[in-house]
Order: sequence, then C-alpha cells, then structure tokens
Amino acid sequence: MSEMFDAARWKPAPFLPEADARDGALIFVVAVLSFLACLMALAFVSADRAAHGWAQQLVGEATVIVRPKGGESPDAAAARAAETLAGVPGVSEARALEREKAYDLIRPWLGDVTDLEDLPVPRLVTVELDRRNTPSAATLDQALKAQGLDGVVDDHSLWLKDITRAAWAARWLGGGVFLLIAGAAAAVIAFATRAGLTARRDVVEVLHLAGAEHALIAKLFQARFARIAAVGGTAGALTAAAVGATLRMAGGGEGLTPALPIAWSDLLVLLPCPVAAALVAALAARFTADSMIRDLQ
Amino acid sequence: MRYGRGPEVLKDLTFELERGSFHFVTGPSGAGKSSLLKLIYLAAKPTKGLVHLFGQDISRLAVKDQPFLRRRIGVVFQEFRLLEHLSAFDNAALPLRIAGGRPESYRDDVAELLAWVGLRHRMHAMPATLAGGEKQRLAIARAVVNRPDILLADEPTGNVDHEMAMRIFRLFVELNRLGTTILIATHDQDLVARSGRPVLHLEGGRMVRHGVQDEAQP
Repeated sequence: MSEMFDAARWKPAPFLPEADARDGALIFVVAVLSFLACLMALAFVSADRAAHGWAQQLVGEATVIVRPKGGESPDAAAARAAETLAGVPGVSEARALEREKAYDLIRPWLGDVTDLEDLPVPRLVTVELDRRNTPSAATLDQALKAQGLDGVVDDHSLWLKDITRAAWAARWLGGGVFLLIAGAAAAVIAFATRAGLTARRDVVEVLHLAGAEHALIAKLFQARFARIAAVGGTAGALTAAAVGATLRMAGGGEGLTPALPIAWSDLLVLLPCPVAAALVAALAARFTADSMIRDLQ
Repeated sequence: MRYGRGPEVLKDLTFELERGSFHFVTGPSGAGKSSLLKLIYLAAKPTKGLVHLFGQDISRLAVKDQPFLRRRIGVVFQEFRLLEHLSAFDNAALPLRIAGGRPESYRDDVAELLAWVGLRHRMHAMPATLAGGEKQRLAIARAVVNRPDILLADEPTGNVDHEMAMRIFRLFVELNRLGTTILIATHDQDLVARSGRPVLHLEGGRMVRHGVQDEAQP
C-alpha cells in the first residue's frame, strides 16, 4: 500500500476534521431551538393578523338600540332609524335586525318566554361604516334625534380598547418569547462553539505555531460552525413549516386554530431561520476563536 | 520569565546565537530548557527583558506580524503535536500549505523529505498508526520542510534508537551547513559530547555554562 503513494495525485486534506461525533448533538440542539423559535414566529404573525382583523371588524361596525316612542311600533321605529342612518355620510349600510333575531338575543336572559310580544323589547339596527370616512357616534346620534327617534349608539369603542390592548399584549408576548428562544439558541450555539474549539485546541495551537494567520484559523471554525447551525436551522424550520402546514390544512381559522388562523403566506417567515442560525453561529465561533487565539499569545 | 503568577522559570539570561550557529541546550528536568525554546518560538513572552530574533525585538512584535515570523522558525515539539486527522504527508506539508504555496510546487519536496527521514512507506499513514520513532521523524520533517532560518528542537532524539538519533543529528548538521541556525534541547549527553558543538547549560532557570563540552564532562 505504502509504495502506491503518488505525490502527484495528492490532494491537501482539510485543516479541520471532516466530521465529529459532537456535530450531531449540536445539530440536534440547534434544530430543536430553531423549531421552537419558528413556531413562536408563526404564532406571532398569525396572532398579529388575527388581532388586526378583530380591530378592523369592530371599527367598521356600530350598533344602535332603538326605543319606540309615542304610539310607534318597535319595528316601524327600527325601520325608520335604519333609513335615517343609511343617509348619513360614511354609512355603507344600515339594517334593522329582524324581530326574531332580537328575541333570540334576549332569550338567554329571560328564558323561554312565549309572550315576548307583550314586552317592550328594543330593536337593534346594525350599521356598516366606511372605514376611510367613519362617522362618529355623536353624528349618528344627532341624525336619529333630528328625526325624533330615541336610540343609543354603540360604536364598539369600549370593546375596541380591550381588543387593541389584548392584541398589543399578544404581539409583545409573542415577540418577547421569540426573542427569548432566539437568544437561548444563540447562547447554546456560542457555548457549543466554545466547547468544540476547546476540543480542537490542538489543531488551533499547531496551526498557530506553524505560522497560520489568526484570520485563517478563525475563518476555519467560523465556516465549520455556520455550516452545522445552517443544517440544524434548516431542519428546525422545515419541521415548523410541516406543523404550520398541518394546522393550516386541518382547518386554518375555522378548524383547529380559530384563535390563531395560519395563512400559507405565514410560512414565509420561516425562510430566514437557517441563515439566522448560521449567522449567529458564525459570529459566536469568530468571537470564541479570536479570544482563544488571543490567549495563545 | 514566569508563567502567570508562578515562580520565575528563567532569570538573568544573556546570550547571543550567531546566525548559522549550532547549539545544544542542556540541563536537568525543570531547568528551563523548554521555556527558553518557547520564548524563541513566540509561545511565551518574557516578563522582563528583550528577545531579539532576525534583528527584531520579538517580545514587542505586533500580533499581525507574528505569523510571518513564525514561518521562519521550525519547531520539533517534545510531544510531537501531529494532527491526528491528517496523514503523515499532510502533516509534513502543513507549514508549506499555511505559507500559501501551491501543492504542485512542493509535493515532490515533501515526498523526498519523508523518504529521507525513513517514512517513504508511511506517507499515507495516520499518526495514530505510527510508532514513537516514526512520529518523531515526522515531527522533524514538518519542522524542516520549509527550510526555516532557525530550527528549535525539544528532545528530538528522545524516542529513537541510537542509529536513528545519529541520522537525525546528521540531518540537523546538513541543515546547519545550508545556513539554518540550530538550537536543540536535550538530555542526551553522549550526543552532545560527540557532536563537539557549543552548549548552553541551564540549572534552576539560570545559565551556568556556555561553551563546548568535552566528552569527559557530565
């Protein structure tokens, strides 16, 4: 075998060992952390969209409770109110709620009463508003009073505040947890990089003493750990994408995830994950290698 | 010189090695032989004083300039420091690769050198499969492959038989004849005495003798 060595066909081997038993464990840890970070990113994006949708829905609607006065019947008063409100600038549509629907709304509080007709049940008018030119509650109220109608306008501002506050909390909580997981991933990568470099201190020292420039040594480890993290990040992102796709196919907003409706486009937020993991690992490896080489001086 | 806050391992040392000279460093274990070599190959810094090499004070050399100076220094480590994942050939070629040479320009020289140190049939071998003497010869080949201006060797004949020790010594003499300055730390009094080369003798970190040692001297 030894006589077979042909220097002319020799190809220089890489300065660092090709693979290491420790690499598998590091890939697994990076994959798990990337998976969790990706899931959190998905949850954050869908929560943000859901909160935005709820708020838009509330801003675009108002409800008016019409109380009949004089001898006017509740249905006639509601019809007149709907007609009046439909003429107000910024109102897209005003519709009096049917009698049966109004009864359905109060039935949970009064029980199964048969003679609801005898009760002065107020009628509701639902108003759809133009989102670009939304009239205020006071404007609607004035329009009703001008026609001699007694009504209470609810523009959902009370609910809107709560929804906005809840959406704000969901966004910040999701963002905070995402950053926490991403930070933990960075710390683990940095720690593993340091451990990996320490395990290959012999290589670092020999290259250093043989006259290798510090940038060359740092780049070797930087590229190595960036590659490992990119593989782990890709595995984590693909797994998270598979989970997201499953949830989407299992019903989206109307199925398993009504509170956090996942859209296909949400999966795009997972694309930067492998790059981000590689970048974090490269930076961690660079800093660690630099500090180790400084110690050798 | 001291390591961290430890005791002084070298003190009051003043000597000069002429370019192209050949010296031995002798002394009992712990006398400071390896530390003296470390000062010269830039693996340690003096706590006080100056170390001049190739006309420069290397204790104050900028970090960015150190790699280029190290390429002019060949070192044979006592514990060999071979890279276990590289073949004998790759280990020997390491300094030339680091210096940026193209494989075509040096691969024949590496093969010739390995053949010369008796590793013609072991070029493919990984260090873990080499015997102690083979590892030592490979470490020597790596240290001299780029024709360094100065060669430092720490116990280079410690793991080889007498015949191989003399062969390695002849290699050093040949390199010296070509202009390389040689400094060898050794316990091998027989080799030192028979070489007729000057000796720097250390005891307790101080130089107690400097000159040619005859065969009768211990």
